[in-house]
Amino acid sequence: MSPKRERLMVPEAEFSSYYGRPILKAPVWKVPDVPAYLYLGGLAGVSASLAALADATGRPELRRTGRVAAAAGATASVGFLVHDLGRPERFLHMLRVLKPTSPLSVGSWILAPFGALAGAAAASEVTGIAAGPGRLAGAAAGLLGPALTTYTAVLIADTAVPGWHEAHRELPFVFAGSAMAAGGGVGLLARDGGPARRVAVAGAALELAASAVVERRDRLSARAYRTGRAGAALRVARAATAAGGLAAAAGALTRGRSRALLDGAAALLLNAGSVATRYGVFEAGMATARDPAYTVVPQRARLNARDEGQPATRTGPTSASRSSARSRTES
Amino acid sequence: MGRLSGPLADPSGDAGYADRPERVGFFTDTSVCIGCKACEVACKEWNALPAEDDVLTGMSYDNTGQLGASTYRHVAFVERTVDLGMPGLAGDGGDATEVRWLMSSDVCKHCTHAACLDVCPTGSLIRTEHGTVLVQEDICNGCGYCIPACPYGVIDQRPGDGRAFKCTMCQDRLGVGLQPACATACPTESIRFGPLDELRAEADERLAALHDRGVDDARLYGHDAGDGVGGAGAFFLLLDEPEVYGLPPDPVVTTRDLPSMWRHAAAAALAVAGAVAAAFVGRTSR
Repeated sequence: MSPKRERLMVPEAEFSSYYGRPILKAPVWKVPDVPAYLYLGGLAGVSASLAALADATGRPELRRTGRVAAAAGATASVGFLVHDLGRPERFLHMLRVLKPTSPLSVGSWILAPFGALAGAAAASEVTGIAAGPGRLAGAAAGLLGPALTTYTAVLIADTAVPGWHEAHRELPFVFAGSAMAAGGGVGLLARDGGPARRVAVAGAALELAASAVVERRDRLSARAYRTGRAGAALRVARAATAAGGLAAAAGALTRGRSRALLDGAAALLLNAGSVATRYGVFEAGMATARDPAYTVVPQRARLNARDEGQPATRTGPTSASRSSARSRTES
Repeated sequence: MGRLSGPLADPSGDAGYADRPERVGFFTDTSVCIGCKACEVACKEWNALPAEDDVLTGMSYDNTGQLGASTYRHVAFVERTVDLGMPGLAGDGGDATEVRWLMSSDVCKHCTHAACLDVCPTGSLIRTEHGTVLVQEDICNGCGYCIPACPYGVIDQRPGDGRAFKCTMCQDRLGVGLQPACATACPTESIRFGPLDELRAEADERLAALHDRGVDDARLYGHDAGDGVGGAGAFFLLLDEPEVYGLPPDPVVTTRDLPSMWRHAAAAALAVAGAVAAAFVGRTSR
């Protein structure tokens, strides 16, 4: 590869590499499959919880909206997950074992029963058959819902991808906020969806705040959340989520036709924001996997700090080897 | 499941094997590698691995590029012009320079704490009785989770197949008392195979000998049981920084932080549950 064509994403960081090649293998996960899987899981989880409590407090429209959104979201989420597999016909191998060290295993064991329960509740809702069991299924799905919204953050953080792993404390809150904004947004479409409005506004606020923290953290990988495709997606997400949150809040102050319009706009904007957030987080991680700087620079700094803390037992790199390696990758 | 990080004397015992042979591994001494690629060829042949696309990389003699789903050994080549620090020959007017070669045969590290194995949701990736890490291809469903989990970028998905593949340490040969194909083929014994404890002792001796001879740049990589992956089952003697060879300088198994990740996810899930429940408390506008 021509050195002239090689442009490092982090030009100010001095580091050595093997011909500028990535250290990590970037995920083979596809777009839209995986961002869609992340978004739909969040939407479904919050919708199921809203539906369960709507059922308990006598809000039939919110219950209906929530049950249908939960079932549709979970079904589509599973569909995208299966489609992304290298061997889709072996999807059931996900349920061969339950491994606490594998967030995808734990997640499959959350998603599979959730999907069945949410599907049963929605089927009962739409057909009017077996309202009692439907109510039980809906309540159980509502209990599983919050877990469904955040396990996906662990799923991507439990990798060597610097942009995801280093954000493992913040990402669950980004995903929680994004899920509440999406699920609450859909709940606004119900005429008795007052609680959904609160959830939507709180979710938008959490999504904006947690994303801002990820983007501003003092670590190299935060840069990937501000630049390139990920940065652009997250700027769109911020605008849509902020506008959607404001529209949802404003809807409470109006009545009739203008409220319906505001609520419809809020639902659309919050869900667009949630989608853009998931896509932005996904792309930020991909960018940090493709550029060796994000792997080498923090690890080298950590190593050097450790070596300085104690008498060096092994030979450190000479400045000559460092600069010549540098010239190999960049000159 | 045993512990997630830190020193672990007996990975196969930890995985539940009652009766097990010694843990084996590779010690790749790059100071005697001559870049012949016999290891790459032997590996391809023994494991019947498909060819990759032919690409001229421009990366010295390395047209293999990287480890991958059909490349379990990869010889890295770094050619570097060095100043010999001597007056030049008459006529050329400058200091004498010469190409200094760095050559290293990379391979799966068979980590003591292997992230690929930890995150595999199907149980396809297992710890073998020999203490190595193996993909059971009849189980793998191609979810791809192991790929970004590996801190070394070793395992990958094979295009057209969909499943993940990596070095098996020639599990079939180990079972009948043979050495892995790469180590068997290596003409300079740059790739040494054997019980890991013995290899570590050999490596310490070799490092000391090189330092005595003034090869100050020699260093071991992956031999320390206290490192981020609990020590590698395949470790190296390198002549420059690991990153020059395309190796991460301080890899850490991602699952070391998994308890913290689940704690934060649980806190966030509780926040969702609390927020949704609170939204139903009190009067709402409609």
